[in-house]
Amino acid sequence: MTTLDHPGNPTRIKPTFLGRMHEWIATADHKKLGVMYVTTGLIFFLIGGLEATMMRWQLAVPGSTLLSPSDFNRLFTMHGTTMVFLVGMPILLGVANYFVPLQIGARDLAFPRLNAFGFWLFFFGGLLLYFSYFGAQGLYGMGSAPDVGWFAYAPLTERTYSRGHSTDYWILGLLVSSFGSIATGINLITTILTMRCRGMTLMKMPLLVWLMLIDAVLIMIAMPPLAAAQVMLLFDRLLGAHFFDVQGGGSAILWQNLFWFFGHPEVYILILPAFAYVSEIIPVFCRKVIFGYPLMVAATVSIGFISLGVWVHHLFALGLSPMVNTIFMGSTMLIAIPTGIKMFNWVGTMVGGKIRFDTPMLFSTGFLALFLIGGLTGIMLSVVPFDWQVSDSYFVVGHFHYVLFGGLVFSIFAAIYYWFPKVTGRMMNEALGKWQFWLLFLGFNLTFGPMHVSGMLGMPRRIYTYHADRGWDLWNLLSSIGVLVQIAGVAFFVWNVIHSLRKGREAGADPWDAWTLEWSTASPPPDYNFEEIPEVYSRRPLWDIKHPDDPDWKYE
Amino acid sequence: MSTLNAQPVGAPTPPDALPQTLNSGKCGMLCLIASEITFFGTLLAVYLFYIGKDPVGTPTPAEMLDVSVAPLKVVFNSIFLLTSSIWITLAVRQLARGNIKAFAVWWLLTILFGLEFLVGTGFEWYGLIAEQGFTIRTNLFGSGFYTVVGFHAAHVTIGLFLLSLVFVLTCLGKMHQRHTEKVELLSWYWHFVDGIWIVVFTIVYIIGH
Ligand code: HEM
Ligand SMILES: [Cu+2]
Repeated sequence: MTTLDHPGNPTRIKPTFLGRMHEWIATADHKKLGVMYVTTGLIFFLIGGLEATMMRWQLAVPGSTLLSPSDFNRLFTMHGTTMVFLVGMPILLGVANYFVPLQIGARDLAFPRLNAFGFWLFFFGGLLLYFSYFGAQGLYGMGSAPDVGWFAYAPLTERTYSRGHSTDYWILGLLVSSFGSIATGINLITTILTMRCRGMTLMKMPLLVWLMLIDAVLIMIAMPPLAAAQVMLLFDRLLGAHFFDVQGGGSAILWQNLFWFFGHPEVYILILPAFAYVSEIIPVFCRKVIFGYPLMVAATVSIGFISLGVWVHHLFALGLSPMVNTIFMGSTMLIAIPTGIKMFNWVGTMVGGKIRFDTPMLFSTGFLALFLIGGLTGIMLSVVPFDWQVSDSYFVVGHFHYVLFGGLVFSIFAAIYYWFPKVTGRMMNEALGKWQFWLLFLGFNLTFGPMHVSGMLGMPRRIYTYHADRGWDLWNLLSSIGVLVQIAGVAFFVWNVIHSLRKGREAGADPWDAWTLEWSTASPPPDYNFEEIPEVYSRRPLWDIKHPDDPDWKYE
Repeated sequence: MSTLNAQPVGAPTPPDALPQTLNSGKCGMLCLIASEITFFGTLLAVYLFYIGKDPVGTPTPAEMLDVSVAPLKVVFNSIFLLTSSIWITLAVRQLARGNIKAFAVWWLLTILFGLEFLVGTGFEWYGLIAEQGFTIRTNLFGSGFYTVVGFHAAHVTIGLFLLSLVFVLTCLGKMHQRHTEKVELLSWYWHFVDGIWIVVFTIVYIIGH
């Protein structure tokens, strides 16, 4: 607590540009790191979006030759890898970085320097992955960016089939950045378990904190196995080991199991934060407490457990025994129960509430609708015979974009609109926000809705072009047109951010009349977060202060 | 908002919500160990999966791995590694009592015993690689063996580096009773490295043999 100057304090000397750069690069402050995470994640979001746009452009009409097949392979690999590891992960870690300490009344994470280290690992891991475009040729003079798909199935990744160094870059980039994620996960768990302010028992924590706790536990459990699998693959490629080398007795099926043992928890690592954001936003904009808080906590914990035991649903088409398939069909369907409980609780919160449809709420409602569709197609896919029909088709692409884009990305926008005032001290523009929402909502459904149809008509994923006589033309054209609408939506977002940073309305400490601790301190919060460490008596400490006549602690 | 600290009239006094026994250092170390366990767990699961699946067949673990109880062989080395866990516990106990000298002695013993293990592994590997030409490329067994045992040895090396750092600080007179907790956390890591060796040994040298 060396600096005690408040933002806007007139005596504060304006730092030079270099001084400010140094301040950001050398920082170990959870708020600065949070902002850096989210900003980097959003930049990668634009890059990943560009890659997707190029693919949709190629697929808009049959027989197109805009992209070569190998370029197309690189694009879908980089798109998937980027969106999962360089967009989803940093943004969820960034928001947690910023708001977990604020919501539990702490002044930083438990290990601030480890936190900075984690960020830079992620950052350079991302750069390493993208450096493959230049560096992967290696001595072979072959290869560019990785082209093995985001799940990098063996034996395609073995040296025999993947010459050059592209796959090595894929391994190393992810290895480095997932080490950062593990470190930050451990940091979050420790912070939540040992640094809560007085009075904040586990069952008084805001739901965001609960969800991020379980999320961090999943990171801690599921990411090291990926690292182990990648190390083995790296040994295969660089040292000549035989783990996934089928000629040497290695098993391609083993890689699939290892990858998805990480991969399925990973998709829940990505969606729990989405649950977290809407669980914070919906009550505030409905002016009600969250419906069924204990049930929400229980559902979160059981999702965490079950998500570790469903990975084989990605391998249904592999031909494992009917027994194995049936067991994992059961566990996959089981996970829909706690997920469904959450849906009902959010809706239950909205029922009878005085709903204000500001942009954060708009995006949260969009999340509910789109995630519902994605969850339902997920349950369809969990039925083995149905999965056999549509596995590896555009139906699956439709499914996971409804959950990841409609679910995660929509909730991220909700979170940005909700917390931007806290982080910057300025409101985002509502009109631009509504434009963004409706364009994105429309464009999203136009792009990903038809994929369910083209998938059922048999269109496989990851093909770079198709013949005109398959009946897929219309659906692909619609999907590609949708992208244009989405680009317009994202453009409104970028415009809104730039505009609001400079001209946005002053927010004040608590623009939404919210209830959790982050809104009790200035916007942006001072370096030390709270002048005095708060004490809480209920799940909504600010409600208690605003309504001393009817505080929550009387009922909890 | 100083009101955030004022207890409202009639409100129950908030309990201190935090566990008394778990501070951030301990929690962080436990999490680190948990993530290490899932890392090793994956490597070991793969090793188990590949036992007996080698298409080349030779050399087999039985041909390569010498489990006789002789000096500098693996059983002998393991005893050194495992007993080092006892010495480190005694060392921490001495530090807690403020006996820096006794602490230094037990700590050094821990380092030496750990070092013996590492040297023993070095000899084993030298014999396998240089004399018998058995490497990570030879077959599936080689891939698994060097990866699993190698990652364990890497952890021992990291542990020894950290232990030596503490020892140097002790010699410089920088270690005091108040550092007991940090040293204890390091000892947890060391216990983990030892404990995981029991599993590695069981799987590689007994089950897979
Ligand atoms: C109700 C819950 C869900 C169920 C029952 C479910 C079921 C499935 C099934 C069976 C597949 C395999 C399809 C195939 O490849 O043949 C799948 C794929 C996928 N799911 Fe879900 N899912 C659910 C929720 C989610 C959520 C919440 C996410 C992430 C936020 C997600 C992300 C994905 C992804 C990324 C894939 C495809 C991975 C790939 O092949 O590249 N799913 N889902
Ligand atoms: Cu899954």
